[in-house]
Amino acid sequence: MVNFALKRFGVAVLVALTVSILSFSMIYLSGDPAVALAGEGSTSEDVETIRIYYGFDRPIYVQYFDWLWNALNGHLGTSNYLRSDVSEVIFERLPTTMLLGASALTFALVLSIPLGVLAAIRPNSLIDRVALSIAVVGQAMPSFWLALTMILWFGINWRLLPITGTDSWLNFIMPSVALGYYVTPAVMRLTRAGMLEVLSSDYIRTARAKGLRPMTVLFKHALRNAIIPVVSLTAVQFGFMLGGSIVIETIFNINGLGFLAWESIQRADLPVMQAIVLVLSIFYILLTFFSDLVNAFLDPRIRVA
Amino acid sequence: MDDASQTQETAPIELELIEPTPGSRLRKRIFGHAGLIVGVTVLGVIFLMAILAPLISPGDPFDQQLARKLIPPVWHDHAKASWEHPLGTDYLGRDYMTRLFYGAQISLLIGFAAMLISGVIGTTLGVMAGYFGGRVDMFVNFVVTTRLSMPVVLVALAVVSLIGSSLTVVIWVLGLLIWDRFAVVMRSATQQVRNLDFVAAAQALGCSTTRIIMSEIMPNIVNHLIVIATLEMAHAILLEAALSFLGLGVQPPEPSWGLMISEAKGMLFFDPWLITIPGIALFALVLSINLLGDGMRDVTAPENRN
Amino acid sequence: MSNRILEVENLTIEIPVPSGMLHPVQDVSIHVDRGETLCIVGESGCGKSLTSLAIMDLLPSKAVRTSTKLELDGQNIINLSEREMSDIRGDRMGMIFQEPMTSLNPAYTIGNQLTETLMRHRNVSHEEARVRAVDLLEKVGITAAASRLGQYPHQLSGGLRQRVMIAMTLMCGPDLIIADEPTTALDVTIQAQILHLLANLQKEFSMGMILITHDLGVVARIADRVCVMYAGQIVESGTAEQVYNAPTHPYTQGLLASIPIPGKTKRGEHLGSIPGIVPSLIGEMTGCHFASRCTYASDNCRNDPINPQPAASDGHRYSCILPTDICASNYARQKESAL
Repeated sequence: MVNFALKRFGVAVLVALTVSILSFSMIYLSGDPAVALAGEGSTSEDVETIRIYYGFDRPIYVQYFDWLWNALNGHLGTSNYLRSDVSEVIFERLPTTMLLGASALTFALVLSIPLGVLAAIRPNSLIDRVALSIAVVGQAMPSFWLALTMILWFGINWRLLPITGTDSWLNFIMPSVALGYYVTPAVMRLTRAGMLEVLSSDYIRTARAKGLRPMTVLFKHALRNAIIPVVSLTAVQFGFMLGGSIVIETIFNINGLGFLAWESIQRADLPVMQAIVLVLSIFYILLTFFSDLVNAFLDPRIRVA
Repeated sequence: MDDASQTQETAPIELELIEPTPGSRLRKRIFGHAGLIVGVTVLGVIFLMAILAPLISPGDPFDQQLARKLIPPVWHDHAKASWEHPLGTDYLGRDYMTRLFYGAQISLLIGFAAMLISGVIGTTLGVMAGYFGGRVDMFVNFVVTTRLSMPVVLVALAVVSLIGSSLTVVIWVLGLLIWDRFAVVMRSATQQVRNLDFVAAAQALGCSTTRIIMSEIMPNIVNHLIVIATLEMAHAILLEAALSFLGLGVQPPEPSWGLMISEAKGMLFFDPWLITIPGIALFALVLSINLLGDGMRDVTAPENRN
Repeated sequence: MSNRILEVENLTIEIPVPSGMLHPVQDVSIHVDRGETLCIVGESGCGKSLTSLAIMDLLPSKAVRTSTKLELDGQNIINLSEREMSDIRGDRMGMIFQEPMTSLNPAYTIGNQLTETLMRHRNVSHEEARVRAVDLLEKVGITAAASRLGQYPHQLSGGLRQRVMIAMTLMCGPDLIIADEPTTALDVTIQAQILHLLANLQKEFSMGMILITHDLGVVARIADRVCVMYAGQIVESGTAEQVYNAPTHPYTQGLLASIPIPGKTKRGEHLGSIPGIVPSLIGEMTGCHFASRCTYASDNCRNDPINPQPAASDGHRYSCILPTDICASNYARQKESAL
C-alpha cells in the first residue's frame, strides 16, 4: 500500500510540475508581456522599464523557477489590477467556491446514487426508465440555460429563491442545482451499472443463500462493492465542477474563485489568471491522488496485496 | 453385432431454424431502438435547418430594425406578434427564427470541426499507447493526466482572451482541449484488440506497423470511435455555447445560440422567450447527438452499454 | 424428529423467455433423509442446479415454481413469504456453490462473512460467533483458524475458499445442505479431500445432503442414493448400487456405457456416446424428453405423458414405458456388443 501511495504521489508531483510550466507559459500567449502590461500608447522606453521591473528580460527558465519558487512559498504574484497579493485574493475567495462545489456535489450524490440503486434493483421498470431519462436529459442541458431558467421561474415568477449573492443558504440552492446536475447522469449511470453487475455476482447469491436480510444484501454486500468506481468518478467530477463554476458564479453573482477568474480575464490580469489555473489544477491533482488512495483502501485486493 | 438396433429408427426431429442474416439483425436493432430513431430524426431536422437556412429564413440574421425590436413570438397574445416574425425579434430588431436557423450552422460547424481535431489527436495518442504499450503508454498516460488536471473552461477562456476570439480560434482551442476521452477510450479499445490472434498473424506475416494498425486494428475499434465522436461533438457544442455566453466565443453579430442567450439575459424578466428558444434548440441538438451516440453503441456493441 | 428432511413432489419450473415458455424442470420428485446423501446427476443444462435453487427459493424473479409438495423436516415451505424463507435459508438449509473463487465477497474478511450468518439467525454476541467460526474452520481442516478470520478471500486458494464456504454453511447447524458441483472448479487432488470432508461432516452433524454433479466418479464415491436427470425430468432414481449395477432407463444405460473403464476399455475402441442433442425445452412439451435420442423409442414415448414406473419394492424407480426385464436385456445386449 505504501509503495502504491508513493508511486502515485510521484506521478502527481510530475503532473503538477508540468501544469505549472503550462500555466506559466500562458503569459506569453498574448505576445510580449511587457507590451501588454504597458498598455496602449506607451513608449518603447516605458515598455523597457516595465520589462526590467518585472524581470521579463531574464532568461525564461530563470523567470519560471523564480515564479515557481515564489508559488511554493505561497506568493503567487501581485495582481495587476488589484495591486494586492494574488494569494491573498485567491484564498479569500476560495472557500466560497469550495462551499458551492461541495453543496453541488452533495445534491448530485443525493440524487444520483439512490436513483442508480433503485434503477438497478428493478431494471427496465418505470423507475429505471425515469432514472435513465433524467440522465439523458441532464447530459444535454447547457448549465447556463438551466440556471437562467431556474432564475426565471424560482426567482422571478414565483419569487421562491434569491437570485444573487451569498447571504444565506437559500442563495446556494439554485447555483448548487445548476452546477451539480451535470454530474448526476454520469454518477447515476455508473452506480446503476455497478449495482447491476454486482447484483448478478456469485457472492450476492451466497449472501441470499445465507438468509441475510434484503437490506443487508443490498447495502452491506452489493453497494459496498459497486460504489468503488463511483468514488473515483466523484472526485474527478468534483474537479471538473470547480473548473466549470465560472459560469454559475457569474450568473448568480457569487463571489468565488470562478467569478474572480472571470473578472481577471476581463481585465487581462494575467498573474491572477495564471494563479487560478495553477491552484485549481493542483487541487484537482491532489483530489485524484486522494481518491486513488481511498479507492485502494476500499478494495482490499489492492490494499492488502 | 446387431446393427439394426444401433441405427436410428426414428427420423431426427426437424427444427425450423431460420438463421437471420447479420444485415437483417442490424436493421431490426436499429429500427427497434427508439432513442436512435428520435436522435437521428431531430438531428436531421436541425441539420436541414442549418443547410437550408438561407432558403427558409423569414429574413436576414444581421438585419437590424430597431423599430421592430422585442416583438414576441406568434403564440403570445400581443398586438405586434405576427407571422412575419414567427419567433419574434431580439433587442436589435433582428428576426429570431432566422438567427435560430443560422445559429444551427455555427453550432454544427464548430461541433464537427472541434470533434475532428480532437478526434485525430486523441485517437492517434490512444492507439499509439494501446498498440505499443510500455514507454509510449506511460508517456501518453502522463499527457492525458496533465490535460485532465487543467480546468477546460478556464483555460479555454484564458487562451481565447489572450489570443483574441474568432470562429477559427474557438474551433482550435476546443479541438486542442477535448481530445482526452478519445485517447482514453481508443487506448483501451486498442489494447483489447491488440492481443488477439489475427494481429499476431499479421505480425508474423511481416506486415508493417502502419499496415497492421490501419487494416487490422482500426476496423475493429471504429465503432468505439464513432460513439465517442458523437459524444465529444455534443461536448464541443456545449462548450462553445458556454464560451459565447461568457462573451469569449463567437463574437457578435454572429448568431451563436450561446451568444443569443447571453444577449438576452438582461431581458429575462420581460422577454423570456429570447432565452427559451435558443436554449431549447441547444438542448435538442445536444440531446439528439447523445441519443445518436448511445443508440449506435447499443446497436453495434450492446455489451458496452452503461 | 422425523428422519425425512426434504420431500419434494412434482416440482416444475417455468421461465418466460423471448421465444416462448421455457420448461427447464418438469415434475421432479426427490426426497432426502437425515444422514443420507442424494446425488442428482445429469449433463449440463439438465436442470439440476435450477432444482436446487427452486428448493431454496432463489430462482430468478421471472421464474415460476410449482410443486404439489415441498416440505423441509415436515414443514411446508412452498408458500412462505420471502421474509420467512430468508429466516430458513442459512439456518436450516444451506447451500454450497460451484465457484469458490467468486462466491465470497472480496470486500470483507472471512471472519466477518462467517459471523454474520450466525448473528443473523441467532441471538449471539460477536465474540460467541467468532468462537464458533474458529471451531468450524478447524473442523473443515483449516489450520491456524483464528488468524484466518482476519484474512480476505483473495488471500486464500480455491480449495481453502471452498472449505470456508462449507464452514460458512455449517455455522447455524442446518438440517439440509445442498452442494451444487462443489468440486468441479477444484484440482482433482483437492476434489477428493473436499468430498471426504463433506461426507465426514454430514455424519457428524447428521444432516441430509444433496450433491449435484455431472461427474459420475463423484457419485460413485459419495452417494447413498442417486437421481438421474435428463432435460428437466428425473429418468431414474434409486440407491447407488441399484443405479450403477442395474441401470434401467436407456439414458442411464447410455451414460454409464460412455465411461471409459481403465483396464477394460480397449485402445482404439469407440467410446460409448448417445447420438443426438438435447431437445429444446421451450414451448409445449409432451412425452419423454429422451425420445428423440432413444434407440428404443416408439410413438407412445413421444406422445404420452411421462409416467414413472411404480417403484420396485427396493425403491428403484425409472421413467420408461418399457418394462424392467426388457430394459435389462437391452442393456445386456448393449454391453455385449461393446466388448
